[in-house]
Amino acid sequence: MSFEIPDELRFLESHEWARNEDGTARIGISDFAQDELGDIVFVEFPEEGEEITHDEEFGVVESIKAVSDLYSPVSGTVTATNDALLDAPELVNDDPYGEGWMFDIELDDPDELDDLLDAEAYRDQIE
Amino acid sequence: MALREPPLAGVHDARGAETTEFGGWAMPVEFDSIRTEHEAVRESVGKFDVSHMGEIAVSGPDAAELLGRLTTNDVSALDPANAQYAMILDTEGTILDDTVIYRLPETHDAAYLFIPNAGHDEEMAERWTTHRNEWGLDATVDNRTEEYAMFAIQGPDAVDLVADAADDADEPLADLARFAATDATVADADCIAARTGYTGEDGLELIVPWDGAESVWNAFDCQPCGLGARDTLRIEAGFLLSGEDFHHAENPRNPFEADVGFAVDLDTEFIGRDALAQVAESGPDERFVGFELETRGVPRHGYEITDPAGETIGTVTSGTMSPTLSTPIGMGYVPAAYAEPGTAVAVQVRGEPKEARTRALPFLER
Repeated sequence: MSFEIPDELRFLESHEWARNEDGTARIGISDFAQDELGDIVFVEFPEEGEEITHDEEFGVVESIKAVSDLYSPVSGTVTATNDALLDAPELVNDDPYGEGWMFDIELDDPDELDDLLDAEAYRDQIE
Repeated sequence: MALREPPLAGVHDARGAETTEFGGWAMPVEFDSIRTEHEAVRESVGKFDVSHMGEIAVSGPDAAELLGRLTTNDVSALDPANAQYAMILDTEGTILDDTVIYRLPETHDAAYLFIPNAGHDEEMAERWTTHRNEWGLDATVDNRTEEYAMFAIQGPDAVDLVADAADDADEPLADLARFAATDATVADADCIAARTGYTGEDGLELIVPWDGAESVWNAFDCQPCGLGARDTLRIEAGFLLSGEDFHHAENPRNPFEADVGFAVDLDTEFIGRDALAQVAESGPDERFVGFELETRGVPRHGYEITDPAGETIGTVTSGTMSPTLSTPIGMGYVPAAYAEPGTAVAVQVRGEPKEARTRALPFLER
């Protein structure tokens, strides 16, 4: 099975992705992660204005069969959340890099992104 | 210790099944997605490999007496080609396992076959043998768990699908009453088909010779389903899972607490009967109930149930996001005072209290 891994994203080993959007990063979980979890039924993530720290737990994603903690790839302040997931958590399964995004974060230090896995390194990890 | 494998392990693997350990067996947990498999069973038909279930044959002049003294239901009332649900208890009335007892059609060498849960077959074969010897009964006990595969074909279209695949059955499968059984030939294999299941849907369970398992499985052209969907389906149907909703050491329960008093006949003699008679008289202190969360979250085995003020009153034993109802549902034990359907309780989900209400089982009326 082959998983989609967009080149422009950066990843944590725990399968969260970050997309750099000019000082802000959008955060979600990878195609591999959503497939491993199966049918996602619940997502819990921080609220707007909350400060979160790189590598710290920021929420959970639950599928029918499992609960998984989520870790932030970067540090900063949450500027937007994808509230559509509250009613339609299955968007994470359907479109993990698009409509299944979780939140945007204003980066404390954009260089933090460089410490994450690039697409190739992430692919090596999961394959 | 190596895991036991069903005869179709390779077939499931080739179909892309994800496997899990359950009761010492490596079993398919998911073929496509739990939701897809669940919906197939609710809307049309799905097939489950449940070869991890045990099969123990009991024969001889005292077979019925031996079974009767070791299980809670009235074995003497079973006619040939019929099955009954029963509990297996210790002397205190605590559940060791639940089981289905088949009185086989008279064409069979064995008179009875009972089905302990995965991983309990050796313990139960020993329990039966030990008591037979102790009581001096004339019966043979034969653990055939690795001679039979078991498939469950479940859903509104299940009986038609099996009837079409069966070359001949002693009794038309569509005419079988609930918990009745018959001999049926499928793909040249001599099977026992019973109108039983664990999903809350109509359907059949087939006991299949190990050698014929692959051709029988392939004779049913429908969605293969894993233990994941089996769990969400049985929770919606309010059925107990051995080891989860009761466990002899970790969650000792009697049948009245577990709300399966219908499987107990106190007019028969069996191990645990006297202890149960006392419970029947005083009423159980705790009751197995269903509940539904009123806020977002998923209740899971082991989470605390509290009263609305946060005082612990019980523990969740099973829970899921119901694929059919799209609400979080669960089951567990609470003091009898909280058992009335509609009582406000809360479930602690990772330290957060989630409002919930108890409700009558099953969650899904069919």
